[in-house]
Amino acid sequence: MKQDAIRDKVAVTGVGCCPFGENWTKSASDMIVDAAYEAYADAGIVDPGRQIDAVFTGSIYSMRGPHECSDALKLFGKPVTMVSNYCATGTDALRCGVMSIVAGLYDTVLVVGYDKPKDRGVAGPSVMLDRVRDLPQTPASWFAMCAATYFEKYGAGREDMAKIAVKNHHNGTLAPNSFLKREISVDDVLSARMIAWPFGLYDACAQTDGAAVAVLTRAELASPDAIRVKGVTVIAGPNPQKEPGNDFLSWKPTTWAAEQVYAQAGISDPATQIDVAQLHDCFTLTELLSYEDIGFIEKGSAKEHISDGRFELGGALPVNTDGGLKAFGHPTGATGVRMIYENVQQLRGTAGARQVAAPELALSHNIGGHPTACGIAILGRA
Amino acid sequence: MPGILSFGAYVPPTRLGFALMSGGAPGDGGPERAVAWSDEDSVTMAVAAAINCLRGFERASVDALFFASTTQPFAEKQAAALIAKALDLRRDLRTSDFAGTLRAGSDALSAACDAVAAGSVGNVLLIASDCRLAPPGSALERNFGDGAAAFLIGAPGAIASIEGSYAFSEEIVDLWRAAGDTFVHSWEERFVVQQGYSAGICEAVKGLLTRLDADASDFAKFAIAAPDARSHKAAAHALGLSEASLVAPCFGQLGSAGVAFAPLLLVSALEAAQPGERLLLANYGDGGAAHAFVVNDHIQKLAPRRGLAWHLAKRRAVPRYEHYLRARELTAREFPEGAGPGLSATVHFREREDEISFLAQRCKACGALQFPAQRICESCFAKDAFSRVRLSDKSGAVVSYTLDYFFPTPVPPTIVSVVEVEGARVHLQLVDAQPDEIHPGFPVEFSFRRIHSKGGRPNYYWKAVPRARERG
Repeated sequence: MKQDAIRDKVAVTGVGCCPFGENWTKSASDMIVDAAYEAYADAGIVDPGRQIDAVFTGSIYSMRGPHECSDALKLFGKPVTMVSNYCATGTDALRCGVMSIVAGLYDTVLVVGYDKPKDRGVAGPSVMLDRVRDLPQTPASWFAMCAATYFEKYGAGREDMAKIAVKNHHNGTLAPNSFLKREISVDDVLSARMIAWPFGLYDACAQTDGAAVAVLTRAELASPDAIRVKGVTVIAGPNPQKEPGNDFLSWKPTTWAAEQVYAQAGISDPATQIDVAQLHDCFTLTELLSYEDIGFIEKGSAKEHISDGRFELGGALPVNTDGGLKAFGHPTGATGVRMIYENVQQLRGTAGARQVAAPELALSHNIGGHPTACGIAILGRA
Repeated sequence: MPGILSFGAYVPPTRLGFALMSGGAPGDGGPERAVAWSDEDSVTMAVAAAINCLRGFERASVDALFFASTTQPFAEKQAAALIAKALDLRRDLRTSDFAGTLRAGSDALSAACDAVAAGSVGNVLLIASDCRLAPPGSALERNFGDGAAAFLIGAPGAIASIEGSYAFSEEIVDLWRAAGDTFVHSWEERFVVQQGYSAGICEAVKGLLTRLDADASDFAKFAIAAPDARSHKAAAHALGLSEASLVAPCFGQLGSAGVAFAPLLLVSALEAAQPGERLLLANYGDGGAAHAFVVNDHIQKLAPRRGLAWHLAKRRAVPRYEHYLRARELTAREFPEGAGPGLSATVHFREREDEISFLAQRCKACGALQFPAQRICESCFAKDAFSRVRLSDKSGAVVSYTLDYFFPTPVPPTIVSVVEVEGARVHLQLVDAQPDEIHPGFPVEFSFRRIHSKGGRPNYYWKAVPRARERG
């Protein structure tokens, strides 16, 4: 890998995000249009048919493929690609867009992440019974598999995870487009009904509809102060359930992706250099383990740092400033791009009540599958 | 002379107290019956009994598998072939299902003895298993029980030789289940007991004694099938058998386990048998059948195994009658349990070595054990260089687990575990355990179970169960 191939070559010139939630009255196309036209306006795109060279879209629930996006935006006569990579889908769509510009192929591309799970008629993931092996097939039971082992080794428990849900709910109250805008208490989290031990209802993120869009432009064509992409990668990992020797104390794809993206961005000490981060919090434990796996803190120390408030809005390294998957909502394919939306606002200093003090570098992270895929993107000020 | 080389049993640990059936509190200690849980049926119990029977014997030594049951899960599609695959038996195997009557086990035993005596096969694995469903609230519901017994039938090295058999056929509609019926039906109880049961047992036993020119007092133990405790006692009295010569029929513990009942009582007799003793097994159903055995010195060399006593001691009381109804799919549901397109039969066929035989693979290059089969070694990248290793008779330990409260099961949560077996990692549901006893390192063994009924047919795979302290 050519480590500096990406750094500062691509600018994020516009971002858009529709309100996430149970968008009963909006179709996937409606949400894509809302998010894209916000991003167009932000990037100063007035003639998308001419100004956009290619589209990279990501969704895991879409049955219509890339045409759903090109048809919604009437972007025809140009390449439109759909990416699917579990919860890393949005970040992978971004990566494809970044690579296409770095390769010299295009000047301006559109990255569209979206999903519409609420049209399926089930509140959470579907119960899969199309096989006999590896059941139950639910994200909650996949991600919960690190709990018993981690709790036993490091002495953390449900209370530590609960504080993450409380933090993210608070941050969600400050984000205009978030789904859940309600403060909760640690007791609320601990007394909620069980989903998959140790996850109760409030340990799980809110599955919602949503779309988020980013406009990427070759850096030399963008304004000098446009936000730059410092690095982006997506890494595949083994299925932790059958990986020989797996200790169920961390998720390797995050560690591997972090190592690669820090090299791309020239970051040697993420704990101090990263100023704000959006970490994948599909479940509270996912965020907890990711603090460690991504190199913000030592393995096993999350409990102390959660207790010290390090990752709260006023803390040393605020995480999930817009409420995260937990409160902003989780339309799977949109989530990685929604994090770009938040990080661009943070870096521009336009995040309002959620604004972190003068950030220079912002990180976004997704991990999905069993988990078997991790995407990380780092943006920075020019 | 053909005989029994080995035996094994399986009785589901779940017990339904009679008190629950009449609306009372669970409370331990009262009369109860064994009930197969939602993930068990005649096939899964047969596999468990056979594994117990074959402990210490080469599976490749089995030349034929005879399966006897009135509750084969398929009307068309052989159960014996499925059981043979789950047991990882040889491919050049004779398989047959014996069905339709409570004496199907006797029919299978006679066929096995004839085949061995004729020299057409060496060893026959004979499994009797039943899981009959009675109408809720009926007397049958109290008297039925579920279970399975397995015997390896062969010639040299028999622990008990078969001296002779006697069978007769009768046309009678006493107990029946028409095609498509859910429950076993019964004609008037006194008619059933007198003409269906007692007449069948007595004629079979007397016929055998006459054929052998023997007297009842020549036999140490009688394993006599019966629909209920009272009828059992009455038949023994009619035959002039002493109380001490009867294998305890275990009503109030096991229940009348259909085709498997007399075979389970024979297992019980063999567990305590001494060389030189003679044993008699009697079955009824559309007539009757009886078999006489003489115990050989070899019985002292057979390692202790999981028989009837072992299983009766291992029990878990059902706390609510409604749980039983849910487990047996007797409660109203929004959609039929089997609704939906079901599994791809193509995938099932392609993955039968993994999912039914539960074979892992060992890398010939680095030695790592992995599950399921895959083309490239997860540890060393070697390609297509593996030998298959059967996991079903190994044991393992829980690496980690969770409790899933949403997966459909009669009584949530479902315990979901990742289990390590000699370095291989397998994702399995863990059953027959309480959630609060599970921890990383929890020792388990494996049990063939019915996973769901999507597509309107049973779909099977393996689950983890607590490793029994006594290996048997």
